[in-house]
Amino acid sequence: MEDIGYKIFGAILTTILAFAVGMLYGGLSRKIIARIQNRVGPPVYQNFLDVFKLLSKKSAINHGIMQHFAPLWMIAMSISTLMFIPVLKDGLFFTNLNFSGDIVFLLYIMVFGSLGMALGAGQTGNPNSAIGVSRGLTQMVGFEIPWIMALVALMIQYKTTSLTGLLDIQSESGTWMMFSSPFAFIAAILAMPGMFRYSPFDIVGAPAELASGPISEFGGKYLSLMMTSGSIFAFVKLTLYVDIFLGGASNLIELVIKTFILYLFPVLWGAVSPRFRTEQAVKYFWGWPLFFGVLALLYASF
Amino acid sequence: MAYDKDSQSIVDYIQNFARKHSLFVLAYGTGCGAIEIPPTMTSRYDAERFGIRGAATPRQADVLLITGYLATKSLKRVIRTYEQMQNPKYVIAFGSCTINGGMYWDSYNTINMLDKYIPVDVYINGCMPRPEAVISGFVKLQGEIQAGRAEGWKRYQDNLDEYRANQKKIIKNWTMPDYNW
Repeated sequence: MEDIGYKIFGAILTTILAFAVGMLYGGLSRKIIARIQNRVGPPVYQNFLDVFKLLSKKSAINHGIMQHFAPLWMIAMSISTLMFIPVLKDGLFFTNLNFSGDIVFLLYIMVFGSLGMALGAGQTGNPNSAIGVSRGLTQMVGFEIPWIMALVALMIQYKTTSLTGLLDIQSESGTWMMFSSPFAFIAAILAMPGMFRYSPFDIVGAPAELASGPISEFGGKYLSLMMTSGSIFAFVKLTLYVDIFLGGASNLIELVIKTFILYLFPVLWGAVSPRFRTEQAVKYFWGWPLFFGVLALLYASF
Repeated sequence: MAYDKDSQSIVDYIQNFARKHSLFVLAYGTGCGAIEIPPTMTSRYDAERFGIRGAATPRQADVLLITGYLATKSLKRVIRTYEQMQNPKYVIAFGSCTINGGMYWDSYNTINMLDKYIPVDVYINGCMPRPEAVISGFVKLQGEIQAGRAEGWKRYQDNLDEYRANQKKIIKNWTMPDYNW
């Protein structure tokens, strides 16, 4: 009975942690981009205010049942993905469902949130949404191939598909996988900006071009749920990278430092980049990232 | 405790604080004033430090910024845009043309007083107002929001018939649905 209590409390704690850290990183990225552009920039807690303001909107129209469900679907999928990621290597409260799913399962449920967004955006009937969804799927085809190749290379090399197995291997051998299988790390890190959708890969929600794409008809509380889900999912992706390549984290401070260093890569690249066209983005992902993915597979097999 | 109209509950205070510091602006830039918006938003005057940022669509926006004169033809689009925004929503009228017609006061195809057609919360005077004036207008709007006085959207809902009658006087071929937000 105590065990279940710990589990429920741990799940709530993990969700709150992911929300807070993801929101704070969003605010920090806005601040960093502002400083790069020689501006003062918004305060670090700006994203919390935005979400709270959107939650306190008095009206929110919807165009149908699927659009109503899309933000709920997204946030449910973000939280359920979070439950399968080992946030810390060990610890009482953060072992949620870490041992129940492997990487293949994780790869499946990671795209469910985007699927919900696509369905919801489809029902709004806004042409910008439809273009945004098709661009998003194209971009996903782009970055998923080097990313999955990197993971498959790791699975072949270490003969396990379990995330906790990979963590154990790293703590036993004492080296991080970014050093023991460098080509997989390079392929995965080059595919990372596509997942975060900062410039130059913000082709899905291009504000000046597509009027924010799939979310263009979502306002008020719907938008706040989507922003929350995006923050949680950013934390999920960063933690996954840290677990697989940077040896996990044994306490929260180590986790925050490692994830923030990883997060700086898409943010800083985005701050100095214009936007790619769709085919340029796909061309990028099927260039060097794919090359390093193939190299990682060869390195793992021989 | 007796009901006091001027006092706010703690929830209202927090909500207004969040609304005040997070204004998503939809700039309706068909007038000449639109040229003052890019310097307001970018490095020199940096409106983002007040939590002001651009919104891409009316659904996500809080503030409708009417930059300058409105032709009778574009008034229809403004009304449509305003009605698509989600409550609470605010309107900032920018430049002399929205107050009394400005230099277009006797033109046959511009409107003179914007407040007759959609409720305006804050006026920014000038032809053109500089970015400093724009930011000062936004700060004024923030003060109104915090005090709970920026209630143009309520005024619009309560006096919808009056506003509609004024709008239909200008727009002869009214083809919009009667209630579309």
